[in-house]
Amino acid sequence: MTREGPEADLLAMWRIRAFEEKLQELHKAGDLLGSVHLCIGQEAGPVGACTALSEQDALFATYRGHGWAIARGVPLRPLFAELLGRATGVNGGRGGSAYFSAADHGFYGENSIVGGGVPHAVGAALAGRHDGSGRIAMAVFGDGAMNQGAVPEAMNFAAAFGLPVLFLCENNRYSELTPIRDMVRNEALTDRATALGISATRIDGNDPELVRSTVARYADAARDGHGPAFVELTTQRLVGHYIGDVQQYRTRAELEEDGRAEPIARARAALAESGVDTDAVERAAREEVGAAAAAALADPPADPTTAKEHLYA
Amino acid sequence: MPELNYAGAVNAALRRCLEELPETLLYGEDVAKPGGVHGVTRRLWKDFGDRVFDTPISESAILGTAVGAAMMGRRPIVEIMWADFFLVALDQLVNQAANIRYVSQGRLTAPLTVRTQQGNSPAACAQHSQNLEAMFTHVPGLRVVVPSTPQNAYDSMVSAVYSDDPVVVFDNRTLYLGEKQQVETGGAVKPIGGGTVRRTGAAATVVTWGAMTHRVLAAADRLAEEGTEVTVLETPWLNPFDHEAVHRSVAATGGRLAVVHEANVTGGFGGEVVVRALEAGVLSGRPLRIGAADTRIPAAPRLAGALIPDTEQILTELRKFTRA
Repeated sequence: MTREGPEADLLAMWRIRAFEEKLQELHKAGDLLGSVHLCIGQEAGPVGACTALSEQDALFATYRGHGWAIARGVPLRPLFAELLGRATGVNGGRGGSAYFSAADHGFYGENSIVGGGVPHAVGAALAGRHDGSGRIAMAVFGDGAMNQGAVPEAMNFAAAFGLPVLFLCENNRYSELTPIRDMVRNEALTDRATALGISATRIDGNDPELVRSTVARYADAARDGHGPAFVELTTQRLVGHYIGDVQQYRTRAELEEDGRAEPIARARAALAESGVDTDAVERAAREEVGAAAAAALADPPADPTTAKEHLYA
Repeated sequence: MPELNYAGAVNAALRRCLEELPETLLYGEDVAKPGGVHGVTRRLWKDFGDRVFDTPISESAILGTAVGAAMMGRRPIVEIMWADFFLVALDQLVNQAANIRYVSQGRLTAPLTVRTQQGNSPAACAQHSQNLEAMFTHVPGLRVVVPSTPQNAYDSMVSAVYSDDPVVVFDNRTLYLGEKQQVETGGAVKPIGGGTVRRTGAAATVVTWGAMTHRVLAAADRLAEEGTEVTVLETPWLNPFDHEAVHRSVAATGGRLAVVHEANVTGGFGGEVVVRALEAGVLSGRPLRIGAADTRIPAAPRLAGALIPDTEQILTELRKFTRA
């Protein structure tokens, strides 16, 4: 069954959420180890933005990047396999939850250093200026990364040379465990971008269609030589910074409010009004995700005899 | 064969790479129109257009964009004006460039070259005098070379750019305007690694690299006048490092090994050279390490001179070592 428009967006968002919720299960069961950063509540950004990119475009994300990889079309089974340390993972288990890449899907990697991948996106755009690919690059990062030196350096570099880079800031209001409002004096993070001469806008990051149309507009402008742009997506995490973060820094009232604002609740309510069976959409996503996880669990573990390979050319 | 000083040899190597490899880019602070603060990249922007450009004073952006461009198939050559400036942006080399090939199982690569210069020169301040090569040899995934002569500088630069690994090339600025020598340009790209036996003698093997090579050779000549001949093995490439060549030489020089570098002794790469020789069982007695004192480097030349090995100090220590 092919779904279109808002229904397709809901399915895409559910696919991400079901993936993340499956990770919670796998973590509890002891199958998934290490620090895992979930994007539950932030699914509209990747679903909207990735559908505005072309195949040759390069996406650079953060350690909260599972949703971005999924939205870019990376298959679920090798993603689960990567996080589970299987040989069949997208990087054979070398990247893990926070630092995998899937270049054959235009996903040039998460990064487990805050802001670390942002200059890479600018470099990918620079490469595009010389290789005739017509590529634009997109760097995704959180509000906390705005305070990391590499980010404003990279933004200014892109601005100075008019490079086709979209800077997407997912503002979920928390820099790891600390409110961003306590860590900046600017009213809006977009002020940082406009100060560097970069076109910037702040939009509702819980509306996939609005994210898509906004990113598409800036992507077209970048392709036409108008240089970089900055889009702040206002959104929220419904879960902790990492699995196990008990979020003592958030109130119950705030979490309840976030639960009403989050994109899947909103999309469900809107689609239910127009008579769509949203439960069927959720079931479809959960079935797909469940099958991928089961297959990955049965995949062979990474082979320790290969652990020294690929260090040098 | 053209006659080139060190800076001219690097310039010729960069020109060759820009000509032969259309995927190369050359950028950094003041490298294009100003030609670099030491004149090494002079005129290249005139001939290669927007592939050679000046950048903001943003080391993280310089190194980080080089990583991103390299991931997409470019072959960037970027300059960190002084090696000390690496320290504001090490993430992009250590956490980023060095990991890309390994973590992606070779699906992505970062074939970039970072050229920089280091070491002390008269009245350079403490933040413009450090010798940092050992920090980079500690990082798996990077290649490191510290040349000493115009030919060596030319060959190393071409090999670095052709290498599919991230390479850091450490020049020493006191060598840039040294005497001109005949430099063989063109010719096959040499594989990375290896060293050169600069003189032979049975009394000891002295391993060295970079600008210190010249002081070691001067000291070795004077020692020879006194009747003691040592072998000087210059090893510009520290990664990959040819430990076996050292061990063969040490075995042929009575099991005596000295290592000389401008970097301070503690944690210097000389320690690694010595320990590998010890593990290989080729040492007959105690080894000798000569390097800068484990202090900061002061600006006043008389003060700095008291801390960094000069020919006189190297001669004295080698004399004592070979006669022990």
